[in-house]
Amino acid sequence: MTFISIENLKTGYETRNGTVQAVDDVSFALENGESIGIAGESACGKSTLGLSIMRIVPDGNIASGDITLEGKSILKMSKSEFAKNVRWKDISMVFQGAMNSLDPVFTVEEQFIEVLKQHRYSGDYKQKISEIVNSVGLTQDVLKKYPHELSGGMKQRIVIAMALLLKPKFVIADEPTTALDVLVQAQIINLLKKLKKDGMSIMLITHDLAIISEVAEKIGIMYAGKMIEFGSAPEIYKNPKHPYTQALLKSIPRLRGDKVTNYIRGTPPSLIQPPQGCRFYDRCPEAMEKCKKDPPKFKTGSGYVSCWLYE
Amino acid sequence: MEEILSVQNLTKHFAKKGIFSSSRTVVKAVDDISFSLKKGEVLVLAGESGSGKSTTARLILRAIEPDSGRIFFDGTEIGKDSKSLDKIRMQCQMIHQDPYASIDPRMKISDILMEPLEIHKIGTKAERKKKVLDALHEVKLEPAEDIFNKFPHMLSGGQRQRIVLARALVLKPKLIIADEPVSMLDVSIRAEVLELMRELQEKHDISYIYITHDLSTARYLGQNISIMYLGKIVESGPIDEVLLHPRHPYTQALLDAISEPEPDNLLKEKKIRINEPLDIDVYQGCRFRARCPYAIEKCKEEPLLEQTGQDRLAACFVKLD
Repeated sequence: MTFISIENLKTGYETRNGTVQAVDDVSFALENGESIGIAGESACGKSTLGLSIMRIVPDGNIASGDITLEGKSILKMSKSEFAKNVRWKDISMVFQGAMNSLDPVFTVEEQFIEVLKQHRYSGDYKQKISEIVNSVGLTQDVLKKYPHELSGGMKQRIVIAMALLLKPKFVIADEPTTALDVLVQAQIINLLKKLKKDGMSIMLITHDLAIISEVAEKIGIMYAGKMIEFGSAPEIYKNPKHPYTQALLKSIPRLRGDKVTNYIRGTPPSLIQPPQGCRFYDRCPEAMEKCKKDPPKFKTGSGYVSCWLYE
Repeated sequence: MEEILSVQNLTKHFAKKGIFSSSRTVVKAVDDISFSLKKGEVLVLAGESGSGKSTTARLILRAIEPDSGRIFFDGTEIGKDSKSLDKIRMQCQMIHQDPYASIDPRMKISDILMEPLEIHKIGTKAERKKKVLDALHEVKLEPAEDIFNKFPHMLSGGQRQRIVLARALVLKPKLIIADEPVSMLDVSIRAEVLELMRELQEKHDISYIYITHDLSTARYLGQNISIMYLGKIVESGPIDEVLLHPRHPYTQALLDAISEPEPDNLLKEKKIRINEPLDIDVYQGCRFRARCPYAIEKCKEEPLLEQTGQDRLAACFVKLD
């Protein structure tokens, strides 16, 4: 059964120079139990996609499209209904750099209690908090501590625990491992793996395709606001179709094998009035005349690719 | 080949004092480490946060005073005298991790790049401008004349890091210490900055100390690697050998932690051969003992960094591999 589906989502930010179309006509769907990794360079719209699903795009608006969670549109429902029944309860998010936004003057426990109060939680606070702290692999003594007494990895776990407090089905994690040491990164990855086993679906937003391979069944590659390729993880890794996906995979430094690195020359186009046609045109090694027209989505084995090579 | 830098028995301890208590704890940030670097060589210093990598860099540049130990740079011992300090601060340059924090947002690119030349009183104004434009060409920021008049906020992260590299280059350094130069950048442009660094190394015979916790990027640039843990070098040797056949359990754990883009990863748990830290004094015996899955009784004594093969050193009683 389809768990969540995003259809033709468009989100933009108004600026003095025009609208920045950060998410431009993005579509994908996940089945029950599946997780997705969203990859792309900085400013490709991947965080805005996450914020759009949470309906909290700061100073931006969702222009069109639809988001359906378990058969019900969550974009068409009223703001208050979404806030009451969906946000944090069904879908929650771990924001980028959230571990630095813990309040320094309150203990961890006080910060948990505040969240529960805000949502008028009716059960036993103490029990709920100790459960959630255990589930992210921390011991009870962190509750009495202040954020400055905790390491980066511990703070990241606390922030993840907060996103899990109301037992959501879908958690969006925006760069949860960036700025952490490799050993701590690996622990957070194992934590995400465990949460998946407990039945949660995750949307992992990162620029690092290596980390996505650890948690996601499906992968969406974004470029300049568009999702240019979507498919199953084995297909994306073993048989990437879009020249951008291919280049992105080749740019990852490997521990074993060839030392030759490839990188993508140039920069993505501006998202204010982006050029007609394929947005990767300027940087694409396979660009041809036809690419000056917008490429439609062509079906692949497990998803789609927006590239004229596969017409 | 000639040595550009040699560090002998370098030590720096920091005393940490509680606000209310009179107890003092000592952090051995860098503890009796020695290494040397040949001309044109790239040495990687790897380890987690708190392993003493950045303190080592600051000690070399004399940003902080070492407790003991000697540093020789290009044949001169670096001491307190201004002559040797001038030498190292001109010929040894540093690149920091965060290109958003390491350049002043209110200065024009031209001023940022001129500043080191002005401080060291090199050339006339016209000569300085020429040197700056040359450096911009070297780091492939084109058109250099346009970039020259821009402000940092007009540039992307990768471009900013190249400005930082250009700022290091204007003084024609012999050694560049790069502290996590690519970890804030997108994966897709990391390779670009690393390749640029390698080109400059070959062209100008610049040596690098490349400080990182990421062993997969280390491999692209480095010839030799030293792995640090809590202020000690625990393993060192040629980079390919160390990464393929680690001899210290800590190196092994760092390698385990790295993910490669393989779809098979999804199905298995990530196994890292490291334990939850035991609550023991880390300065008693081997410092990694508290987290080491191979710890034996003997590890209560401190292992020395010993030769374990050609060019390879490891400080461990349990011989892996």
